[in-house]
Amino acid sequence: MLNVNGISKTFFPNTPNEVRALRNISLQIEEGSFTGIIGTNGSGKSTLLNAIAGTFIPDGGSIFIDEYEISHWSEYRRARLIGRVFQNPFAGTAAEMSIAENIVMAMRRGKTRPLTRAVSHKMKAEIAEKVGMLNMGLENRLDNPIGTLSGGQRQALTLLMATWLKPRLLLLDEHTAALDPKSAAKVAELTSRIIREEKLTAMMVTHSMQQAIDLPDRIVMMHRGQIVEDYGKEEKKRVRVADLLNTFDRVQKRELFDESVSELIKEQYL
Amino acid sequence: MNLIIGAFTIGLILSLLSMGMLISFRMIKFTDITVDGSFTLGASITAMLIISGWSPWLASLVAFLCGMLAGSLTGILYTRFKIQEILAGILMMTALYSVNLRIMGRSNIPLLDTSTVSEFPERVLVNLSDGGSKLSIFGWSVSMMDLAVFISSIIICSLIAWLLFRFLLTHFGTALRATGNNRQMVRAQGVNNNAMVIFSLGLSNGLVALSGALLAQYQGFADVQMGIGMMVWGLASIIIGEALVGKSSLGITITGVILGTILFRLLIAIALRWGLNPNDLKLVTAIFVFAALVAPKFFRTMHKKFFKSSYHA
Repeated sequence: MLNVNGISKTFFPNTPNEVRALRNISLQIEEGSFTGIIGTNGSGKSTLLNAIAGTFIPDGGSIFIDEYEISHWSEYRRARLIGRVFQNPFAGTAAEMSIAENIVMAMRRGKTRPLTRAVSHKMKAEIAEKVGMLNMGLENRLDNPIGTLSGGQRQALTLLMATWLKPRLLLLDEHTAALDPKSAAKVAELTSRIIREEKLTAMMVTHSMQQAIDLPDRIVMMHRGQIVEDYGKEEKKRVRVADLLNTFDRVQKRELFDESVSELIKEQYL
Repeated sequence: MNLIIGAFTIGLILSLLSMGMLISFRMIKFTDITVDGSFTLGASITAMLIISGWSPWLASLVAFLCGMLAGSLTGILYTRFKIQEILAGILMMTALYSVNLRIMGRSNIPLLDTSTVSEFPERVLVNLSDGGSKLSIFGWSVSMMDLAVFISSIIICSLIAWLLFRFLLTHFGTALRATGNNRQMVRAQGVNNNAMVIFSLGLSNGLVALSGALLAQYQGFADVQMGIGMMVWGLASIIIGEALVGKSSLGITITGVILGTILFRLLIAIALRWGLNPNDLKLVTAIFVFAALVAPKFFRTMHKKFFKSSYHA
């Protein structure tokens, strides 16, 4: 379904601040799978997701969704195939516009927007019914500006909007990280329910080991812009939080070892 | 009475300018200075076309389209060439000054004894009153021509306000409003936000140019200086409108802008009547906008200070 072939990205190349955020990453995602991506800060998890979403164009490599090569598509064009939820709960909705208007925007994601009335009574009934499934009492507040809602409510609505038209790929970028624990749990539960019911293909970046174990059916671990571990379906079932932490330690130790060895060699040979 | 009707008429004509600026300043949140140039552009194009025998309606339409073109160019400078929004507007405004002089050939063109868009209602009115040229309203005598212009500006203004209102409620209009709110979200919903900014600035400046076109017909001349300060003028009107009726819904916002423009014009007319030096007008307008921008914050801090001190005491 999704095919990422050897993409790289270096930010601020040839400057002291040079960051090699992605180093020759290749990744295949199967139809209907739910992949979690974990890693330390600055490991390139979010950068990978942004590369797929089209926030920037990678330096090299190609990205395919189905038969489309999307590597050089603009961000808004990729929205036809991709639904997104951001880490910032305010990033996915237009604050001054009503709940209904926001959802109407999502109902035509990637489609033409004709000169017909956007929010009709008939449409409002449809919206109210689906928003009612969130059990947040929002169905009676469809005309309120979305900016008056809490972060958790807005994130739940963003999730609903991203999946209103079934996306080929759903990208979740630490979408529960900025919420209070209760809202985070609710949004996580909603995420797994929607993905299961709609049989979506999804990728989720997360900081929480527990969430990585609970929700997805595959875990990819990244470090320094590379994929260092990939727990597939069967393997993942046996993985526990402790295993993930151990792997992190191992990866970091290996790196420390590499660095100290290189120091040692330098001293001897230079 | 003539003063009031005159102020209302100019207010209605300028409310097109304010509605245009509502799109750029309030909807897509773009500080667009092109306005000063495109206002004159509309006036100069209409003036030239009318004296070369075009119908005033057609001339106004051409003015609208040229305004759209100017606004879109500002949008392209901003999106395609990544020039800051204020600078893009300034570049366009400066360029338009020369363009306007080129169009007119000199700095001022009088439009005496030429036809205007209010010709038809004027004829109707004259016919209705059996050929008289004055009408008595509550004891004041009002010239037929003023009344005709007044009526046609009411019709034009409400028609455009209604069209704008309906447009902003469509799928396309919703995407336009969202562009000013959250460009990231708009992109994630598959809308080309840059194209949206270009279009909005085009529409905005089209309305501004139309306003200039109508004003030139009303006052009977086009002048290369007439656009100077129009941006601040429109902003003042928008602010008054918001203070007057709020902005709780789209219809209310648009109505507020029209009322605000008329009220502002009325205040200016009264101030001039009381002896305000016309040369000071722009200074007074600027001070007014400054006060309107700062006042809410000032009152909030005052409020806070007051409550804090009373709490501690």
